[in-house]
Amino acid sequence: MASIGNIILRRLALGILTLFIVSIVIFLAVNALPGDFAQAILGQGATPEAVEAIRRDLGLDQPLATRYVQWLWRMLHGDLGISFAQANFASYVGSASDAGAVTVAEQLAPRFRNTLFLAGVTAVIAVPLSVGLGILAALYRGSVFDRGVNIFSLVSISSPEFFLAYVLILFLAVLDPVLPSLSNIYEGMSFGERLFKTLLPALTLTLVVTAHMMRMTRAAIINLLASPYIEMARLKGIGPLRVILWHALPNALAPIINVITINLAYLVTGVVVVEVVFVYPGIGQLFVDSVKIRDIPVVQACCLIFAAAYILMNLAADILSILSNPRLRHPK
Amino acid sequence: MSMWLQLILVLPVMALSAAVLLRFAGRRAFPQNAYWRDMPLGVAFGHVLAAGMLGLAVKLYFIDRIVFFRWAVHGFGICAVAGYLFRAAGRHIGPAPLRKLFRQMPLTAAFGILTVLVYAFIAVFAGWLAPYGQAQIFEAVNVLPGTDPAHPLGTDQIGRDIFTRLIYGAQNTVGIAFVTTLIAFFLGGTLGFLAATIGGRFDQFLSRSVDVLMAIPALIFALLLMTIASAWAGSERWLLTVYMVLIIALIDSTRVFRLARAVGSNIVVMDYIEAARLRGEGLAYLVFREILPNATAPLLAEFGLRFCFVFLTIAALSFLGIGIQPPLADWGTMVKDLSQFINFAAFSPLTAALPLMAAGAIALLTVAVNFIVDWMLQRSSGLKE
Amino acid sequence: MKERLLKIRDLRIEGLSDEQWWPIVRGVDLDLSRGEVLGLIGESGAGKSTLGLAAMGYTRDGCRISGGLVEFDGIDMVHAPAHVKRDLLGRRIAYVAQSAAASFNPAHRLLGQCTESPVQHGVMSRSEAEERAIALYERLRLPDPQQIGFRYPHQVSGGQLQRAMTAMAMVAKPDLIIFDEPTTALDVTTQIEVLAAIRDIVQQSGTAAIYITHDLAVVAQMADRIKVLLRGEEVEEADTRSMLASPREDYTKSLWAVRSFQRPAKPAVAQGVSPLIRLEKVTATYGQVPVLKDISLDIHSGRTVAVVGESGSGKSTAARVITGLLTPRAGRVLLDGVPLPASYRDRGKDHLRQIQMIYQMADTALNPRCTIGDIIGRPVEFYMGLTGREKRRRVEELMVQIEMEPGEYMNRLPGELSGGQKQRIGIARALAAEPRFIICDEVTSALDQLVAEGILRLLARLQDELGLAYMFITHDLATVRAIADEVVVMKEGRVVEAGPKDRMFHPPHHPYTELLLSSVPEMEPDWLTRVLEARGPSEIGEAAIAKMNNSESSGSPDA
Repeated sequence: MASIGNIILRRLALGILTLFIVSIVIFLAVNALPGDFAQAILGQGATPEAVEAIRRDLGLDQPLATRYVQWLWRMLHGDLGISFAQANFASYVGSASDAGAVTVAEQLAPRFRNTLFLAGVTAVIAVPLSVGLGILAALYRGSVFDRGVNIFSLVSISSPEFFLAYVLILFLAVLDPVLPSLSNIYEGMSFGERLFKTLLPALTLTLVVTAHMMRMTRAAIINLLASPYIEMARLKGIGPLRVILWHALPNALAPIINVITINLAYLVTGVVVVEVVFVYPGIGQLFVDSVKIRDIPVVQACCLIFAAAYILMNLAADILSILSNPRLRHPK
Repeated sequence: MSMWLQLILVLPVMALSAAVLLRFAGRRAFPQNAYWRDMPLGVAFGHVLAAGMLGLAVKLYFIDRIVFFRWAVHGFGICAVAGYLFRAAGRHIGPAPLRKLFRQMPLTAAFGILTVLVYAFIAVFAGWLAPYGQAQIFEAVNVLPGTDPAHPLGTDQIGRDIFTRLIYGAQNTVGIAFVTTLIAFFLGGTLGFLAATIGGRFDQFLSRSVDVLMAIPALIFALLLMTIASAWAGSERWLLTVYMVLIIALIDSTRVFRLARAVGSNIVVMDYIEAARLRGEGLAYLVFREILPNATAPLLAEFGLRFCFVFLTIAALSFLGIGIQPPLADWGTMVKDLSQFINFAAFSPLTAALPLMAAGAIALLTVAVNFIVDWMLQRSSGLKE
Repeated sequence: MKERLLKIRDLRIEGLSDEQWWPIVRGVDLDLSRGEVLGLIGESGAGKSTLGLAAMGYTRDGCRISGGLVEFDGIDMVHAPAHVKRDLLGRRIAYVAQSAAASFNPAHRLLGQCTESPVQHGVMSRSEAEERAIALYERLRLPDPQQIGFRYPHQVSGGQLQRAMTAMAMVAKPDLIIFDEPTTALDVTTQIEVLAAIRDIVQQSGTAAIYITHDLAVVAQMADRIKVLLRGEEVEEADTRSMLASPREDYTKSLWAVRSFQRPAKPAVAQGVSPLIRLEKVTATYGQVPVLKDISLDIHSGRTVAVVGESGSGKSTAARVITGLLTPRAGRVLLDGVPLPASYRDRGKDHLRQIQMIYQMADTALNPRCTIGDIIGRPVEFYMGLTGREKRRRVEELMVQIEMEPGEYMNRLPGELSGGQKQRIGIARALAAEPRFIICDEVTSALDQLVAEGILRLLARLQDELGLAYMFITHDLATVRAIADEVVVMKEGRVVEAGPKDRMFHPPHHPYTELLLSSVPEMEPDWLTRVLEARGPSEIGEAAIAKMNNSESSGSPDA
């Protein structure tokens, strides 16, 4: 039997390998653009200097493998390149491309912090709420409460994020102006104000994620309550509270942790649409804008960040569930 | 703010004391009744909570300013009644096995089936049902709903009839999502079953490739590929829609592959497959005669879920402006275009409801499909026990 | 008459299935005095487990008590409030489940779970309870009783867990223990050990018990009285000895008679006749784990070779090597003296046709979406090339051969058939290929005794009519006695002993065969006492096997 340390190390290595391969996939996808995309993207009106700058920046005359290694090397050093939009702007202004323009990294950093803030606020509301509701629904399964929660969660899973967002805007921002519908966040805001402006997008995301998390928690608990050792505990005359806390919970930990991390990973995707609806200055909104104007370096960088966050969350889920498995923690 | 805080602190305490009172009174009133005698505090609390919510709902219903809530209640009621009538009809009309199916059906599933049928009808006969063409432009721009009988739901900012476009949305949005799901299923399902049956290196290669593709979040990957596709498509906008279908089908086929492979490998270990192998049967016989007939139930449920996912992804892409391209009418783009109308809620509720109608049309169909799938899954898991 | 502890009158229990309530228990009466052990026996679906749980006032989800009375020491268990019942469970009534591995919580140590019920009910302090649990471990002959409680369930073997669960039930000194098939999932050599431990401790402590099982020989050792159930109704009830000696009802008699089916062994094959199937020095592994070590085996036409062994002995692996599903590391398989390709993929259609297989679980052996006619018809079409009317006639012929009405069953799906009928279809599918050799992999172990006997008789008849050779894989020595001509005993991937049946059932034996034979319960109330006296408690079960392995490894120079 492999020790638990070995299993975790192997999982970590697999995670890093996946990240590496995903970076190759993203790199190849971008290189599947037709022709000399420096020209294609900047359009006919671009100055020759701008085209030349991008060509030089991307080293288009070099072989694919060399370009990938160079790109990866710079990525690992935090150099995500320069946004086309910025480069274009810089070339119009007439300065040298590297000196005046804001790099992608500089552009992304504050937005990435904003997105993390939004995801964090959502997680703080959604996790306790959904786990609590899920456990309650499992305990009172078949009751009116369970059915109501079931229908409610199905509806909110099925709705597009922008539908939920506009319903919330309608009730909480337009009819009863309790919360602002635009989340114009800027540097140097106080925490309270920032939280206040983030609340509506966070509530929208909460609706989406809570429904998923709650359903999965409920399923995990019901699965567990059907196991023979729970029946055994009941037949030993153990009270319902202790059955839940001592017999069910230690075994439910792994599935619940799994549910939470998977849904936090899902949040990464969910932020994109919600950020656009609320004009929230996060990485998702930047991503969509860059996709529209085909700003390749930014798209590439955003994609990599989203994928990395997603992979790391899944990695964390796996490692935590390995750690909470008594069979692995106490080998024979 | 402090008022909210007080509310949050005081309300639970009040509800809890009400629950204690309720339980006490119940025990006094029905000392012989096992339900009241053994009632846990949690259940009593639930009763109080339910009563409170009901009261709040009734109060909201009668406030004119938020007429939307009243509409929502009416809509919910209409859906429930329609579902009930549909189920009642199904129980008495049609062949015996169908009637039996309807007899065991929960209301949610009946409503789901009815909704899917209605959507399918509208999608097929959109050209016949809609008063105008989907790209037809009128002179009257931004006509408010209810003001012009020629345009019952008004026109948008470039003068297209909104009612017409809502109907055509069924054809375009639903139709494109359906085709995409079909492609994804064909691709992922075939490869998944082959991987499960053949096993070995073939399976290893496909499974690892799918693992990598699935490590990138679906929407993000779709956006990345759409960027490249838009460069390829150039000014041919219809080409971009085709690319979108292919891209989403590809991304979704990885999920289908996972499921088909899992279902397939569960069946492949069965003794009857071993018996067929030892008989000397070929691959085609194994897949089509032995495995596929036993995989239909989970595959059908998965088709529903995949359709919802594809449908929502396409809607999201269109909403972001990179999905289905004009002049095709589609609900995602309509929500985006009409979203500013929501600010008219206080003056003209119907106008504000327009973007919600388009978004709600998306939601309603996914809810309906989910209801059906939920029921199917419950049925198949119930049979297992 | 001793004081009455449990009284059940006209108990009716229903189960929910397909939106309808179906009766599971239909009006059973039961009385149990203090210190008495009652055996409940019946085949699957008799409602014995449901009845056992109802004695605790408990019904599983989807079941309900629809009428009747359950009274434990004067307390109405059907209508008592939840907290009253909870107070009795674990303290005065305890339960021992069939699968100990699933019934212990994987997240906690054994000792904590064993002491939970007295501590939670407040009848003992934690240290008192722990002391008592350790004393019980010792009396149940668990190895290292001081330390074993600090292990987690997955770190302990199945037989030990089952004894630990008995200890868990006994810690609170209950008045009544319900044993629900506690040894069914265990191998015979482990079973005897657990049986001995349970019987001794129940006798010493003087608690009353209800012992539920489908195995007559087991219940004969454990119970003072036996109650026979059939489809939720009582058939008869009597004192153990008189029940065994002279059963009254026909159903009970037929249960008893099953064990007497025995076919005389055919005479040994003459020297020099070449065998139909020969395994020559076969060694096989799963990955790096060796499962077969240098096995040789001959099977002659028209003969039945029973391969006996406990789980993990490699008997099913031997079958996989013969069919070509597993390629051996070394050695070969010969058919009629001609070596077969190692993998089934390389074998010709005719080779595949001659070797057929019947499986243990008829449920998974038949495609649930194919009609019976298609299942049997496919090999007819595939090997014989028959189609249309000819195929149909052949299928009907085969169905008559397995004693099933073609007209009635041809168009049904496997799900609509009973377990025994499904197994018959499996036999017909094998016969359809017109094979010379059939591997029967535990074909009767999932079936009730009466049904199993029918299958054995059918197989015997087919062998006489068609001259088939069987390789009969089983763990059940009663089955071996019934049908085998020759016996091969396997242990840990080696053949321990092989020879004609008559010689195998008479001493002298290899020590392992000896242990195996003496561990099989017999239909005689004094059997367990006799074996224990003859061998001693340390010469049965895991202890005996461990001792045997030690002496083997020290005795043989190559190990």
